[in-house]
Amino acid sequence: MTRVLEVRALTKGFTMHHLDTSMQAFTDVSFTLDGGKLLLLKGSNGAGKSTLLRTLYRSYLAQGGAILFHSSHGVIDLAGAADEDVTLLRRTEMGFVTQFLIARPRVSAEDLVAEPLRVAGYTVEDALAQARSWLDTFGVKQSLWPAYPTTFSGGEQQKVNLARALIQPRRLLLLDEPTASLDIQARAALIERLAELKARGTAMIGVFHHPGDVAALIDHELDLSQTQDPQKEPQDVAV
Amino acid sequence: MTLTLEPPQLVQTRPLLKALDVCKSYGSVHALRNVSAQVYPGEVLGIVGESGSGKSTFLRCLNLEEMPDAGSYTLDLPDVLGNLFDLDRYARRLLCATRIGIVYQNPHLGLLMRHSSSGNVAERLLVAGERRFAVLREKARGALDASEFPLDRMDAPPIELSGGMQQRVQLAKAIALEPALLLLDEPTTGLDVSVQALVLDTLKRLQQDRQITMVIVSHDLGVIRTLSDRVMVMRHGEVVEQGLADQVFQDPQHAYTQQLVHAKL
Repeated sequence: MTRVLEVRALTKGFTMHHLDTSMQAFTDVSFTLDGGKLLLLKGSNGAGKSTLLRTLYRSYLAQGGAILFHSSHGVIDLAGAADEDVTLLRRTEMGFVTQFLIARPRVSAEDLVAEPLRVAGYTVEDALAQARSWLDTFGVKQSLWPAYPTTFSGGEQQKVNLARALIQPRRLLLLDEPTASLDIQARAALIERLAELKARGTAMIGVFHHPGDVAALIDHELDLSQTQDPQKEPQDVAV
Repeated sequence: MTLTLEPPQLVQTRPLLKALDVCKSYGSVHALRNVSAQVYPGEVLGIVGESGSGKSTFLRCLNLEEMPDAGSYTLDLPDVLGNLFDLDRYARRLLCATRIGIVYQNPHLGLLMRHSSSGNVAERLLVAGERRFAVLREKARGALDASEFPLDRMDAPPIELSGGMQQRVQLAKAIALEPALLLLDEPTTGLDVSVQALVLDTLKRLQQDRQITMVIVSHDLGVIRTLSDRVMVMRHGEVVEQGLADQVFQDPQHAYTQQLVHAKL
């Protein structure tokens, strides 16, 4: 199996200048992950599960430790990599799947889904054809494809978001509660797509509200409740 | 305390724009203190900060219309060499007209309000040496179309147009010569929300279709967040923080940035 990620002694906290305090999200988290494996993050609310995902994606800056990502260009420490390198990897090798769609005014659902493929160099027709087929798979009604998702219902927006996030295979996929509030058809489609990507070698790290949904896919588990500073009560650290 | 970042290892291209230690004072007021920035080809850098933070002064320096007291500025283009702050004013003017496009907050600064819109765009092409009327008109039409300006109004003077339309004329003028660098100074401030969304969308499309390198200055965090890859936060003429756009907004490090992000509605 090819190694995809090695996390060593990763530490993250938040300094809140207006309160003059800081808050530890997790300390000394270490693990390794191979291609085609799924790591489930466990822990109560505020244990730092989403914070860990965001730190791996570099939406949060780590305070200590290393995130060694085995990219197609070689091994790079995401904790200290230059912004430009992170941007490049996000465009091509790392994906982040949330339950929230970032819709842009006047951009249709199919264009939004096709965008990652267009960035990767597909022709407009190819990208749109694939986008439409994924929208169909996730159960978005055909009449909505050329419409603007800003006005869609929450569930429909989420389906568009999943189609967009999963259309292009990645080396590493970070999943932040992607199954929350999905209907049965979309959930089944999502799990099938995740299984397919896994079989193709994508390494995944996920937070799931109901891990039972993906039970068959889980290879490893990491409990973050134990990595917190024992002096402190667990708190919600999302900013 | 966070880990310090290393220089890029994977990205092989050189930065298109490199500004180093730019300083500028107006009398005893330090508008810019050792401001440095670099922007890679195709990247969008957003600069945020309150009024008087020096962000617009920095942008005017990048457009070579303001000369700093110290610092250097280079563009990685085949025929553009050396520190651009050292160029004489004729060379500066030609460079700005042909390689750098700018959109001002105030259309009066960028447009001749009583000349036709198409004429305003064509003026750029004239500076670059184009003299054939049919070509001028065709290229002006193309640029206005790319800026999503209604072409049946292309001969109306900007003074007869709405604010959003005036910004589109400025944008068409700025991109008419396919500049290497596009500078935007509060391009949507003062426009109502729906028009603002349309202008932002046009900019985003241009960025995606043409991969134009952009520097955008705004005090509106929403605008910066929508358009930028990286963000630089300025205060009192200094850069207090910079990073990936989502990181600066989700995990701001500096006290001032935290204040700014928390103040957003």
